[in-house]
Amino acid sequence: MSESPITRMAEATPQPLARKVRGLSDRAIAWIFVAPTIFLLLAVNIFPLIWTINLSFTNFKANRPNREVEYIGLRNYERILTDSDIWLSMQATAHFLFWTIFFQVLIGFTLAWLINKKFKGNDLWTTIIVLPMMLSPAVVGNFWTFLYQPQIGLFNYVVAFFTGADPSSFEMLGSVQLAPWAIVIVDTWMWTPFVMLICLAGLRSIPDYIYEAAEIDRASKWRQFWTITVPMVMPFLMLAVLFRGIENFKMFDLVVQLTGGGPGSTTELASINLKREAFEKWRTGYSSAFAIILFVTVFGLASIYVKALNKVKDR
Amino acid sequence: MTKRTKTAVSLLALTAAAGFGSAAQADDLTLCWAAWDPANALVELSKDFEEKTGHTMSFEFIPWPNFADRMLNELNSGGKLCDLLIGDSQWIGGGAENGHYVKLNDFFEAEGISMDDFAPATVYAYSTWPKGTPNYYALPAMGDANGWFYRKDWFENEEIRAAYKEATGKGLGEPKSQKELMEIAKFFQGREIDGNTVYGVSIFTERGSEGITMGATGALYAWGFKYENTPGSYDMEGAVNSPEAIEALEFYKELYECCTPPGYTNSYMGESLDAFKSGQVAMAMNWFAFFPGLYQDPDVGGDKIDFFVNPPQNQPGSTLGGQGISVVSYSDKQDAALEYIKWFADPEIQARWWELGGYSAHNAVLNDPGFVDSQPFAGDFLEAMQNVQDFWQEPAYAELLLAMQKRLHDYVVADKGTAEEALNLLIEDWTEVFEDEGKL
Repeated sequence: MSESPITRMAEATPQPLARKVRGLSDRAIAWIFVAPTIFLLLAVNIFPLIWTINLSFTNFKANRPNREVEYIGLRNYERILTDSDIWLSMQATAHFLFWTIFFQVLIGFTLAWLINKKFKGNDLWTTIIVLPMMLSPAVVGNFWTFLYQPQIGLFNYVVAFFTGADPSSFEMLGSVQLAPWAIVIVDTWMWTPFVMLICLAGLRSIPDYIYEAAEIDRASKWRQFWTITVPMVMPFLMLAVLFRGIENFKMFDLVVQLTGGGPGSTTELASINLKREAFEKWRTGYSSAFAIILFVTVFGLASIYVKALNKVKDR
Repeated sequence: MTKRTKTAVSLLALTAAAGFGSAAQADDLTLCWAAWDPANALVELSKDFEEKTGHTMSFEFIPWPNFADRMLNELNSGGKLCDLLIGDSQWIGGGAENGHYVKLNDFFEAEGISMDDFAPATVYAYSTWPKGTPNYYALPAMGDANGWFYRKDWFENEEIRAAYKEATGKGLGEPKSQKELMEIAKFFQGREIDGNTVYGVSIFTERGSEGITMGATGALYAWGFKYENTPGSYDMEGAVNSPEAIEALEFYKELYECCTPPGYTNSYMGESLDAFKSGQVAMAMNWFAFFPGLYQDPDVGGDKIDFFVNPPQNQPGSTLGGQGISVVSYSDKQDAALEYIKWFADPEIQARWWELGGYSAHNAVLNDPGFVDSQPFAGDFLEAMQNVQDFWQEPAYAELLLAMQKRLHDYVVADKGTAEEALNLLIEDWTEVFEDEGKL
């Protein structure tokens, strides 16, 4: 009979070390294994968080290390919460968040429902649909700026073809009215496949016998959809919304590439504003306070949402 | 071994060590700058330095949109990437006060380098901090200003000239005022030339870095814009939002709305060049640094292009570009870096710099009788440099710049509020910055 890996390891352990370990309790050994992870967590997550909270009460600027740092109490928080520009960026973020999730769930679920049907070329279509989310956001942002170009952009020509308008008569990225929708369209194009995949997993997890039982009970397709499909996919759908919500709350790269926050500050999402404050204006104390406010907002909303998700799962 | 032999061997060893010592002093210097045409000229020019000194040169060129971000991060973190930095003029305050740049006064004195040998406007803008005082943190390296270029072949086309005469009652030529520039731009907007629809002008409207500020200040300075009522007092009310400033900003917005190609909502240097090179616009603004390359362009250069200085309105005025070369205080190779500065300050090297496409600020080059005729834009460059104005050069310049970017883009491109409101909000932003800095 061959020796087990544990036995081999025990034999390979040097005697002095083995003697030391032998004297340790199970709890101590467990701590030895867990300690590196805890240390990393403290160093990489907890310490920066505490440090950021500390900085948020100061006027510290990272580009002015020689300047005296003053504790200014809640002044940074007060300035942020009374700054109309910050509220505009929060509004822009809310608009982006709501509409991207709305369209992604709607289209993603519909696509998943269609793909779930057995038809020829099913796998090929799935692969094609999933392609956009495999691309880099920088690449997506770059080529959509070309698609949106009023003189040569394909998007404008397609719209013009269907509406009869002059292609160069509207600017998706340069118009205050259209730019917020332009970024919603691109994010929806890119991330709807993600929602679709999660919904597809949900749809495929529903056992066939439930539908068979419903058929026996003469439930209509419409009834089956609302009483079987939707409730059983709901936890998956809510999970997708959670992922996309958190992701889009901190959306940065795609929008910077598309509009840079413009025109004016129309598409300046909270994360873009935060980056400007922190790493362009170097208002470290102020931006730390802003980051804490955003963190608390996301954390609070996500916690409430996760509770709701658990309730739906338990139902 | 006899005593004499031992002595001889020791001497030989010492000599060898000394030899190795001097060889080891040949350093590899890294020079950081923006990635653009003049940077390539500097690579070529620096070969002479390598030959003469034995040092080798490496270059770190960053694309303009990321240049400030990348380099200021490097300086703020005390990075050793750059031994020499050709940094933007606005960084001089921060560079000096935060200890990023080596003060060069003693070195200039020891090496006999006189700032009187350089154009006063460039010394003031690129080298001194506090402004105008004889405290030097850089050597003027690249003179630059925002200027204009236009399709000379279109302007000389008899058919187009006749149409312009008919439309305006005037002859078509280089604009002599900002308003005339707009009149010409309106004339070209949407006109069919050689079967293509063309547009009036390409101007700076970029939001992210410095674009729209650099463009709009071209109009603001021409109307007489001032940052403060009294220099150094930070009293901006009545200066920044003066009636002239309001009129100038309204003018820039109108120029953007009436006469730019569709989609030019976020355009800067690259977009301006593209618009001109692709034959879309009759006139375009850009930095003089690009003019040598434009003149050599096979499609739109040569006889098809000409240049003019930013037209005056109430007064002449151009937006200052350009940079000084500084030694980074975190560098371990400061001696070699100073050697480079000494070499670069040489009038012969400066003349060669201009020949290769760099804009020398040395009087020996600028005052040379042949200078004005040496390039078709040389005279305009001289004229522009006599009336340049720069943005704030305060250590908090980035905050000041981003505030102006936001207020101008909100008004000009996003059509939010009025020019007066935009400038009033700008004063509020700037006041807050100066209060944080303890200057108000």
